[in-house]
Amino acid sequence: MVTLGDYLLVSALLFTIGFAGAMLRRNIIIILMSLELMLNAANLSLVAFSRFHVDRAGLPNYNAQVFVFFIITVAAAEVAVGLALIVALYRSRQTTHVEDINTLKF
Amino acid sequence: MMPPWLFWIFALLMLVFGAAVVINRNPVASALSLVVSFLGLSALFMSLDAFFIGIIQVLVYAGAVMVLFLFIIMLLDLRAEKLRRINWITSAGGIAVALAFFVQVSYVVGHLKSASQGFLPLPKSTGDDVRNIGLLLFTNYNLPFQIIGVLVLVATVGVIVLSRKETR
Repeated sequence: MVTLGDYLLVSALLFTIGFAGAMLRRNIIIILMSLELMLNAANLSLVAFSRFHVDRAGLPNYNAQVFVFFIITVAAAEVAVGLALIVALYRSRQTTHVEDINTLKF
Repeated sequence: MMPPWLFWIFALLMLVFGAAVVINRNPVASALSLVVSFLGLSALFMSLDAFFIGIIQVLVYAGAVMVLFLFIIMLLDLRAEKLRRINWITSAGGIAVALAFFVQVSYVVGHLKSASQGFLPLPKSTGDDVRNIGLLLFTNYNLPFQIIGVLVLVATVGVIVLSRKETR
């Protein structure tokens, strides 16, 4: 039997992978992909809780699914803006490596 | 709900290809691994009877967002990264922080009472969950929905401004 805890642990593992990717990788596009992984891990646990709370009408709690819908929309907008920033950055610096961008570094 | 072995297969698929996103040195291989990872995630959504969210996941992420990523990778003509000197201290710190996070979450999940319970069977099918989500979206969440619309508009304008060639 698959329990709620299994879904939560799988979601936590996916978040950990995304978190490690954002900390370890130095390519800014891969960092953006790792951010997407983290957002999707949060979505998975939200949908798992939504299915877990069956209401009186015998349906899952749809509030969480509406929230996931909003998260997906915001994530898509975020990716569009982030990639435009990367293109603008590449135009002025010819790099996508975060260690080459250290003007503001103390 | 789907049988447990199917859940584990899709969860494993999602996690393995999610790790491949981080491990791969070539950005194109990372982006394609991300597609497979999102497909596994969408199967997990469907296993939770959230068919609308699963379809949206495939359409928006595996479709639109990944095309955007691949397009930018091709546009910038990124090759596989050269091997640079790895800073072992920062790498170890990053892995330690990520592992600490995972240990904390699994501790909380382990002490959550409802975490060891299975899912109750649904008396009705959720075949019309597009209707239910739509009703909720246009009644209770009408204001957030409109704010999201404004946000997407602002993002579109911002992208155009950012990617415009500077004219002086």
